[in-house]
Amino acid sequence: MDKKIFIEPLFRNNPITVLVLGVCSALAVTVKLEPAIVMALSVTIVTGFSSFIVSLIRNTIPNRIRIIVQLVVVAMLVILVDQILKAFAYDVSKQLSVFVGLIITNCIIMGRIEAFALGNKPIPSLIDGLANGLGYGIILIAIAFIRELFGSGTIYGIPVIPAEWYIKNGGFYENNGLFILPPMALIITGIIIWIQRSYTKELIEK
Amino acid sequence: MDTNKNSYTVIYATVLVVLVAVVLALASYLLKDRQQRNVEIETKQMILKSVKLGLDANTVPDKASYIEEQYAKYITDSTIATEAGEHKLFVCKLDSGERLYIVPVHGTGLWGPIWGYVALKGDFNTIYGTTYDHKSETPGLGAEINTVEFSKQFEGKQIFKDGQFVSIVVVKGGANPESTNEVDAISGGTITSKALEAMLQSSINEYLAFFKAKLEEVSQQAAQAPSDSTISATADSTASAVQTKIN
Repeated sequence: MDKKIFIEPLFRNNPITVLVLGVCSALAVTVKLEPAIVMALSVTIVTGFSSFIVSLIRNTIPNRIRIIVQLVVVAMLVILVDQILKAFAYDVSKQLSVFVGLIITNCIIMGRIEAFALGNKPIPSLIDGLANGLGYGIILIAIAFIRELFGSGTIYGIPVIPAEWYIKNGGFYENNGLFILPPMALIITGIIIWIQRSYTKELIEK
Repeated sequence: MDTNKNSYTVIYATVLVVLVAVVLALASYLLKDRQQRNVEIETKQMILKSVKLGLDANTVPDKASYIEEQYAKYITDSTIATEAGEHKLFVCKLDSGERLYIVPVHGTGLWGPIWGYVALKGDFNTIYGTTYDHKSETPGLGAEINTVEFSKQFEGKQIFKDGQFVSIVVVKGGANPESTNEVDAISGGTITSKALEAMLQSSINEYLAFFKAKLEEVSQQAAQAPSDSTISATADSTASAVQTKIN
């Protein structure tokens, strides 16, 4: 049971490609691999622990203000993570601080709390949250890899296209500026969804 | 218990918010000192970077004390008074004896503040080095202003042309390599690049009167100098004059 909770969101029930949650941030932070990885990690931590905490208090939450209660829990976690990073891993926090707002508004967190944590025990909720964060992260990293490679000619900041290939150095190659711009993220996401659906036929709506 | 009662809802919300506030306040209180020190070290590292010192800071085990030590060795903080009020100016004395003047620059980027340090040579014209940073520019686009590749372009550029202050122009689509005051903008980060240009223009502008006064002082002293042999001595006394005035 627990294993299924963990595996499903990684592929068959991927939050981005199947549930289409968290697409906004997938478009925004995938220009380079490094911020994409930092974002993937922080979202995984926050989805995991917010699902866990909400699941712990799920029977006490007044139904009419449950969304507000969830938001308070998520916001608290994000601020805590940010504060701790600022104190102990300042360089990482500089990468992350841009995304704090984006993490709070990430639909995956609220989506998983509403859909899973409110009706399940804390441990399965924690696993579900972490797995959804990872499923989100895999897609993010895949998109960022393609965009950084073709858009900037680097992988994780390391140049991979030989310098003499570039037109400005007398070669034949030039980085594709379209990959840096947001529309290309949407197109790549679409292509990933296409590939996934052609492999997993039952995802295709009749 | 009926969790749908009004009184329960109100009490629940109150208790939750107070609890969260206590947790966050406590975290902020406990971590504040460490965070402030990190910010301070970072500022010092940026200033050192603009004069190409402390570049290996990330390879030493104790980064913080290494930066502190380098900073104390090379950089002097000072404040200069101009018509527009007081401004900070950092003076760096290199091992070669050359003095560099580091001007802090501040501006507004696309999403939040951007800032940096511009190190000028003794002629108050040629740029020795620069560093820039930002609060929340778009990663991969405007945020690229803090990369070495971007700031390297400024080295050797001149902020004056034919005696006029022209600052540095950030050109979209390729700067003329022959130009003394043009650098390339960042692809996809045009708004941040333009904001950086405006920041340089306005921030350096506030120091112009000081530069002019300083240069006049130097040329007067050079004119008084009787022979070539005393030039180096003059340069030194100018430097110390600058120092006293600045302090």
